[in-house]
Amino acid sequence: MRGLLATAARVLQQLTHDRRSVALIVLVPAVLMLFFRYVFDASPQVFERIGPQMLGLFPFIVMFLVTSVTMVRERTSGTLERLLTTPLRRGELIGGYALALGVAALVQALVSTAVALWGLGLEVDSPWAILLFAVVDAVLGTALGLLMSAFAATEFQAVQFMPLVVVPQILLCGLLTPRERMPDVLHALSDVLPLSYATDAFTELANANGFTSAMWIDLAVLLGCSILALCVASLTLRRRTA
Amino acid sequence: MMNNQPIEVSDLTVVRGGTMVIPRLSLTIPGGSVTGLVGPSGCGKTTLIRCLAGIQKVRSGGVTVLGHPAGSPATRSLVAYVTQASSVYPDLTVRQNLAYFAALAGADKAAVREALDHVALTPKADELTGRLSGGQRTRVSLAAALLADPQVLLLDEPTVGLDPVLRRDLWKLFDELAADGRTLLVSSHVMDEAGRCDRVLLMREGRLIADDSPDGLRSQAGTDDLEEAFLVLAERNAA
Repeated sequence: MRGLLATAARVLQQLTHDRRSVALIVLVPAVLMLFFRYVFDASPQVFERIGPQMLGLFPFIVMFLVTSVTMVRERTSGTLERLLTTPLRRGELIGGYALALGVAALVQALVSTAVALWGLGLEVDSPWAILLFAVVDAVLGTALGLLMSAFAATEFQAVQFMPLVVVPQILLCGLLTPRERMPDVLHALSDVLPLSYATDAFTELANANGFTSAMWIDLAVLLGCSILALCVASLTLRRRTA
Repeated sequence: MMNNQPIEVSDLTVVRGGTMVIPRLSLTIPGGSVTGLVGPSGCGKTTLIRCLAGIQKVRSGGVTVLGHPAGSPATRSLVAYVTQASSVYPDLTVRQNLAYFAALAGADKAAVREALDHVALTPKADELTGRLSGGQRTRVSLAAALLADPQVLLLDEPTVGLDPVLRRDLWKLFDELAADGRTLLVSSHVMDEAGRCDRVLLMREGRLIADDSPDGLRSQAGTDDLEEAFLVLAERNAA
């Protein structure tokens, strides 16, 4: 536990020394929400449908990128090798990353949700549920980022994993068109991609009163996928290398 | 640690990418002393140190550190490995780096201050590590190892690029650590550093060509110059 908290604090300290990244993480989603609102100014029903879903998408994308690049850096700079010679457990390292970026995602979600609800007039019954799902989406992004970083030899490759891992999920998650209207094959594919459940949850959030049972299922699936990805990711941290 | 031979290597064989890097190497390293691991670049020094740290895949053979297999959980809080490239975070201050490694080792703030002092970096404590010179980063990396208060220190070329005064101070620190009963293995590709060790392992193409005190090496080779002694012993070994 000590190693997990120390690692989370260390990752957040690294972020705070990079002020520009902090500004980008915190402000860009809010600015993009503003864009979306006025791009669809003529048809407000589009923003009402997509707006909440976007709030869940940003933390997923941003934390996937931040994590995979940071972790590749950790692997190539020799610090990972060093950490593996200390008493730090692999699960504590991975958990520390997830915790730190979950905190960063909470700050991001606070700002983007506040802008969407009070600045852009988005109506949602339970704003706290938005924060909850935003953080869970961020942890999912972090988990997939940690996992994919094992397959990237350079930071450049890590960034290229975004079109491979993230973009198909965005296309299929129900953001562009509801999943029920997709061809059967694509619908079935979307059923096994975790981001679909994030988008479903935000769709529910926008329409339902309170925390529905469908949302509990989405939450369970998202947490399950995150934990699975984190476990596999910690297996990719090999103590002995050739 | 009442172990006279904290490090024991028997019949160690390492193959990397189809190339034999270390063929059946056996050696022991005594406690409470500074042992130099000297040889040209590419002779297998780093690979051997990685084996002792327990992070190198080995083909066969055994490596025991403080009575446990190298790299096993029991040894991880007792052994510190300082890599050749400074493996600390460039985007943290010196103090933040040390505080993180102290937390992992269960050390306190006093240990951080002491480690900073040992490597003469107290005035730079609040600067970003990435803005320091290469030699200063190496010292941050070394300090991060010292604060864990390890019994065994594996130092891969720790004095490269340091000015002579600092180099002398660090060797003095190594001697003090050894006098406290710790075991130090210090690699170097410069022969003149071998003279500062209690014992020297001369390595060439993955094999030990000598294992003796600096004076022993000189008399073995029949010369006062350690550089020359290496040449004599290497040629004798090849013949």
